[in-house]
Amino acid sequence: MAPPRLELTGMVKSFGGVQALRGVDFALQPGSIHGVAGENGAGKSTLMKIIAGVHAGDAGEMHIDGAPVRFRSTRDARAAGIGMVHQELSVAPDLTVAENVFLGSQPVSALGMVAWKRMANEAAAQLRNLGLEIDPRSRLGDYPIGVQQLVELARVLFSGARIVILDEPTSALSHPEILRLFEVLRKIRDGGRSLVFISHFLDDILDISDEVSVFRNGSCVATAKVGPGITKSWIIERMIGSGREDLEESYLGDITLKSRAGALPALCVKNVTLAPFYRHVSFEARAGEVLGIYGYMGCGQIELARTLFGKMRPQSGVLAMNGRDLTLANTSAARRAGLGYVPESRSAMLFREEPIYRNVSIAFLEYVSRWLLKPARERAQAVEQTQRLGVRPPGVESRLGALSGGNQQKVGLAKWLTRPPKVLVLVEPTRGMDVGAKEDVVRIVKSLAAQGMAIIVLSTEPETVLSLADRVLVMRKGEISTEFADGAISKDRLLAAA
Amino acid sequence: MSSPEAAPARPSFDLGRALRNQLRNIAPFATLLVLVSFFSIAAPTFATLGNLENILQQVSVTAIIAVGLTFVILTAEIDLSVGAIANATAIVLTFFTAQPDYVNIANIPVPGGVAIVLALLACAALGGVTAFGVTKIGIPSFIMTLAMMQIGAGVSAVLVRGQIAYSVPPLILTLGSKTVLGVPWIIVFAAGLLAVAHFVLSYTRFGRYVYMVGGNREAAEYSGVNVKLIIGAVMTISAVCSGMAGMLGVAYFGSAQQNEFDTFLLDAIAAVVVGGTSLFGGRGGIGNTIVGLFVLGVLNNGLDYVKIDSFLKILIRGLILLIALVINIYAEKLRSSREAGS
Repeated sequence: MAPPRLELTGMVKSFGGVQALRGVDFALQPGSIHGVAGENGAGKSTLMKIIAGVHAGDAGEMHIDGAPVRFRSTRDARAAGIGMVHQELSVAPDLTVAENVFLGSQPVSALGMVAWKRMANEAAAQLRNLGLEIDPRSRLGDYPIGVQQLVELARVLFSGARIVILDEPTSALSHPEILRLFEVLRKIRDGGRSLVFISHFLDDILDISDEVSVFRNGSCVATAKVGPGITKSWIIERMIGSGREDLEESYLGDITLKSRAGALPALCVKNVTLAPFYRHVSFEARAGEVLGIYGYMGCGQIELARTLFGKMRPQSGVLAMNGRDLTLANTSAARRAGLGYVPESRSAMLFREEPIYRNVSIAFLEYVSRWLLKPARERAQAVEQTQRLGVRPPGVESRLGALSGGNQQKVGLAKWLTRPPKVLVLVEPTRGMDVGAKEDVVRIVKSLAAQGMAIIVLSTEPETVLSLADRVLVMRKGEISTEFADGAISKDRLLAAA
Repeated sequence: MSSPEAAPARPSFDLGRALRNQLRNIAPFATLLVLVSFFSIAAPTFATLGNLENILQQVSVTAIIAVGLTFVILTAEIDLSVGAIANATAIVLTFFTAQPDYVNIANIPVPGGVAIVLALLACAALGGVTAFGVTKIGIPSFIMTLAMMQIGAGVSAVLVRGQIAYSVPPLILTLGSKTVLGVPWIIVFAAGLLAVAHFVLSYTRFGRYVYMVGGNREAAEYSGVNVKLIIGAVMTISAVCSGMAGMLGVAYFGSAQQNEFDTFLLDAIAAVVVGGTSLFGGRGGIGNTIVGLFVLGVLNNGLDYVKIDSFLKILIRGLILLIALVINIYAEKLRSSREAGS
């Protein structure tokens, strides 16, 4: 039997103290499509980066067609025939289609000038091979994202890639675009090349793949030929594991939701649309309830969160509080209307160089001082709120940047406590935190809800949503696909809905 | 030597780190000391009380412009139209003031107080246009104020038509060229404006927002600060300061004509940046600007005292500005590398 096109054995990689890969075996057959599934942080991306020459493995071997290879750079990997199409396309939208196909390798005439005509003809031929009939001289940015993706794929193929890694290729595509992409991928496969198809969308993986591998916790835990018995739930079971290790964190069992159907709606979102990010989103956030909104990266939830705080404006639909429609011209208007917001990254929520008290007071300064600053009251409030959330070390005069990440995150929450908003929007409130800090945040958020605040938590991490929410909405490709209101929810059901 | 068991919460005083942190404040002071010492030794008549008054008087117009520019640079924006707006405001003022017969412009004389109000409205309007362009349309301030620079020059050209105007209202004449208790009014005015600006930046909510917007615009926005309002306000403040500088400048120089304030753009930016206010926003303030004004004033004045080719002066000023820029950026890098290390 012929050796696999690409084979990795015992691949190990750690970053700092964190083991990202714990001895992964992975084989890609010639002329096949290999689907890869796994949660965020399971090791998929790290493995692909090793294959693409971005990282070097700490231990383990890589073979292409049976011959050992070792990549010191992405250039080495490209030379060995490995190409990658990222989720964030790396096309140049202002250049023509042909220029994009030949990006970095334009054909030149004898005089060293770009051979435009030849380039256009060859690009057209390349794209026709992929079943794409478009004018190679037109601007790429004028085409929909699905076409841009195929053009990038054409470039990767043209550069001689025999192994193509596709990272989340369907997340931004509509259903017909996905069907066309799959047709193209099958064509490429039937031409003898090998494809790795990484996706959170398990249905897509099952539709297109010949084989599927499931990653969990830095290992490839299962590989199987796609066929009867290999179903979505088969994959999910393996993605989340038996959960014997850290049972408490895994949320495998049923969690009973305690949504408060009778509670007053604090914020009504009525049929808001902001293309291409989200469409026809409607829900209500209720006083005293934590509403979780779960979805994969790129599903539109970040943009939805920005809309709730007046940073982005929907094209249609309205937000309403207390029965009155809101027009949020900017974030300042949103704050005055009774909304609070904690963004997903600390760099977007905090001022590293400023003292802690200024980081806290920024959100309520208006209510402490009309014109002149009131340093004593400002500091007293900052001390009270940081102590309430247990920011360590205490003291509000030192630079914020001197605090640890988890404590910085608490400061980001503390600023909303002096003048509590009616609705608090939290984006990825526990991302990158250690277990202790996560527990603190969960405790704080639940106590705020218990005091009657409506809280909306948006996250791409199922654990975050499951540990916090009383009611869960699942967002999928810009739309609310499922609501879990009463009764039980579990991680596998959440993953299956997204 | 410190033992490894020493409590980490109380690090011993680290002179090197303190110097690095304060580089942006120390460097301008050191420059000032070096320049003053040098000129005092090189020219015995330099270090006199009379010359101090000269220096203060010479930097007053720049100081008034630099006040507004400090607000702008603290928010990490820039205003290149300050000189042109000063000029346009000055000419609007003379346009509404009765001129001697030999000044051949079709001006419209109105009472002095009205002329002053109209001139102030003119500069505020120009600032308002800048504010609108930067915040509502989203034109980068660098480009927007470049356009306003041309518009200001255009307003000047249309109104004065290549002539020179001389008369200004009595109040402006007093503030620009008379003294009070032996001190020129223009110094008093500039010092007063610096004091007010310092108060606003340090003790008001608006001043805090200026620093926070400059420190991290995104975080300010996600804390519910109306960032566009703050940016629009500082652009307008800058234009009004420039306008006041233009009006007093006409009285100080004795005449108003086109391109009269061209050099003040570079001088005012130099004063703010040499003083150590960060071009990335959020750090610095009026204190820094005052030191920067002194450095500039001492340099311009001192070079007249030592025997030096007057054409070389321009080059020397350019080099001093370059060094200040290098220090400004370097101070920022030192800080960010310390961040990365911690």
